[in-house]
Amino acid sequence: MRIVIGQGSCGIAAGAEKVRKALLAAHVNPADVSITGCIGMCWLEPIVDVYDDNNQLTRLVRVNENDAAAIASFMETGDSSAVESLKVSEEDSEFLSKQTRIALRNCGIINPEQIDAYTAAGGYSALKKALCDLTPEEVIEIIKTSGLAGRGGAGFPTWFKWNAARQSAGEEKYLICNADEGDPGAFMDRAVIESDPHNLIEGMLIGAYAIGAKHAVVYVRAEYPLAIKRLKNAIAQATEKGIIGEHIFGSDFSCDFTIKAGAGAFVCGEETALIESLEGHRGMPRLKPPFPAQSGFWRKPSNINNVETFANVSWIINNGGEAFAAMGTDGSKGTKVFAVTGKVKRSGLVEIPMGKTLRDVIFDIGGGMKTDKAFKAVQMGGPSGGCIPANLIDTVIDYKALGATGAIMGSGGMVVMDESTCMVGMAKFFLDFTAKESCGKCIHCRIGTKRMLEMLERITKGEGKEGDIELLEELCYSIKDGALCGLGQTAPNPVLTTIKYFRDEYEAHIKDQKCPAGECSDLIEYKIIADKCRGCTLCAKNCPVDAISGTVKNPHVINTEKCIKCGKCYSSCRFDAIVKE
Amino acid sequence: MDHKTVDLSLLDGVLAEYASVKGSLITILQHTQDIYGYLPREAIELISEKTGIATSEIMGVGTFYTQFRFEPVGKYLIMLCQGTACHVNSSELILQTIKDELHIEDGQTTEDGLFSLKCVACLGCCSLSPVMMINEDTYGSLTPEKTKKILKELREAAQQ
Ligand SMILES: Cc1cc2nc3c(=O)[nH]c(=O)nc-3n(C[C@H](O)[C@H](O)[C@H](O)COP(=O)(O)O)c2cc1C
Repeated sequence: MRIVIGQGSCGIAAGAEKVRKALLAAHVNPADVSITGCIGMCWLEPIVDVYDDNNQLTRLVRVNENDAAAIASFMETGDSSAVESLKVSEEDSEFLSKQTRIALRNCGIINPEQIDAYTAAGGYSALKKALCDLTPEEVIEIIKTSGLAGRGGAGFPTWFKWNAARQSAGEEKYLICNADEGDPGAFMDRAVIESDPHNLIEGMLIGAYAIGAKHAVVYVRAEYPLAIKRLKNAIAQATEKGIIGEHIFGSDFSCDFTIKAGAGAFVCGEETALIESLEGHRGMPRLKPPFPAQSGFWRKPSNINNVETFANVSWIINNGGEAFAAMGTDGSKGTKVFAVTGKVKRSGLVEIPMGKTLRDVIFDIGGGMKTDKAFKAVQMGGPSGGCIPANLIDTVIDYKALGATGAIMGSGGMVVMDESTCMVGMAKFFLDFTAKESCGKCIHCRIGTKRMLEMLERITKGEGKEGDIELLEELCYSIKDGALCGLGQTAPNPVLTTIKYFRDEYEAHIKDQKCPAGECSDLIEYKIIADKCRGCTLCAKNCPVDAISGTVKNPHVINTEKCIKCGKCYSSCRFDAIVKE
Repeated sequence: MDHKTVDLSLLDGVLAEYASVKGSLITILQHTQDIYGYLPREAIELISEKTGIATSEIMGVGTFYTQFRFEPVGKYLIMLCQGTACHVNSSELILQTIKDELHIEDGQTTEDGLFSLKCVACLGCCSLSPVMMINEDTYGSLTPEKTKKILKELREAAQQ
């Protein structure tokens, strides 16, 4: 029998490394213990997969160090009764069985730190096929047939960009991977790099061959140290095997490979800002045209794709463009990975064919809400996207259909919200983000986002004025028109979609000074319901400003004059005796 | 930390490797920060001398990116995630708890030099939200109680 421990960042944060050490301390043979990346069932971490000698899997979830002895005895005897309570439930297993995995096909299965594990799973066969049997034009043709579109957000056809870079004059060209993953709430790209780095390298080398680039560069965000470590390790292994370097697989194609770490700036996800940053400058976008395909990194023809885009490439080369195009809708082909988080029960990575609905992802796979509150909206596309309300839950996952709601497909962040999230607060959250991240180059973005943020701050404090909504809308449209790059052009989306679908919530803040979701602290009051209060004194002990009085076993009261609305009493009450109004 | 104690010879290796490679300024600054914990003035001047990039430009780049610091940080650097999932799962409460416990604001260091607090963009561990990272370790599914306990344990560990 052998053990595989999920060690993506989430798994490690949940304690996977402690579990591994405990297993070794419990005398499990080190040769039987290996690691894998992110399985995607993040809410069940740490996850330990036990395979018997016939490769039958027993998946153990939410394991901690204290379970090591039971697992060790299971390993020794093959009797699983000791680990019965750790086994993944039938229901939770459906989270994976209902998915179709292409970009994530090896994630959580193979060991990301060993190139042999990747080749044993068929890895690098697509690269070999491309280099030895296909011309660059044929590769581009296959990608065209597949209908693969950029997974970084905009959904631009990949073959078209590759072709433009190929056609561009000049010997020196660059293939760049955008692994900046700036959308706060998205982690698909991190999971791919941590769990299957060779798949990214293979996709990039095929892309480099197609456009005629001899240099491949990955720009990874600095917040992902483990991804950087595993990718560096993978590059070293591939270089040692001659898969990166001169005359790859005996062909005429040579390519080197470098990693650059970002330094924390959202705008550097925008492709021309990314190039500026690669060159060591402040990450400020360039005017387009010229596009990177003509003049990019060091002013040479360059092609930039997202991690997930590349992660599909080797599968497409091996299985044919038609197989990929067979999945999805007319306008959106293949699969898409989503990072489903927030108030959803099963939070993790979901890869499904295009054409499924939001309901399929959030309810069928994600299991619905984790609280007893109703589903309110889902945020897609992060700071460039928008909130899609509950009545549009049957919207099909397709670039056009999602765009029609005012949100976007985006890179794959899907943050689920229940009735307790204030939508004006949500708009404020994103504008706070974009105002901070605006690079300052153009006035519309630099000043426009700041003015919008100030208005939203006023509204959430109950200082909104008649006409604020209209003024916000006007500002939104002029920023969209006037901003230089995608950051500013899309920054108004979170505001526009929340106004479109939750106008009544804005009005409640402005006209009645009320926050219907009970989130805006300036607009709520905490009260103790005397009938429910048991006088346990816990709230009074937790109150930082001594605003709660009462004696043991008698109902307490909050002095609203003193109360700073920090919510500590509310979250500490065990009897639901405290309410927000 | 006394600024006079900056040992510039620690930069020799980094500068030998990158000073003449074009486009390496950010990489050099990252290594510099790894060495000193921040970007000391003296180091910036040395980098300028060796790379030929003006100090004003180095400062321009350094201040553009949130990763870089110009002051030393505490023994424990708390990076509190401000991502969307953390926001929806009440990271605000965690921020308040840390501020109350340590009596510092975002970007500040405690008087004893033990803790620094920095609010950061998404750490990418959204399923465990709310999340914070302290030095290399990630802590997830935080509650105010859990946060207090973590800070207390670190403080005790430092005193031993
Ligand atoms: C402000 C801003 C941030 C962006 N962030 C990212 C990002 O983090 N990752 C990404 O792949 N694309 C990002 N993009 C999109 C890129 O500019 C570019 O379109 C993409 O990397 C192209 O790859 P694709 O065609 O494979 O999607 C961003 C765009 C803008 C305007």
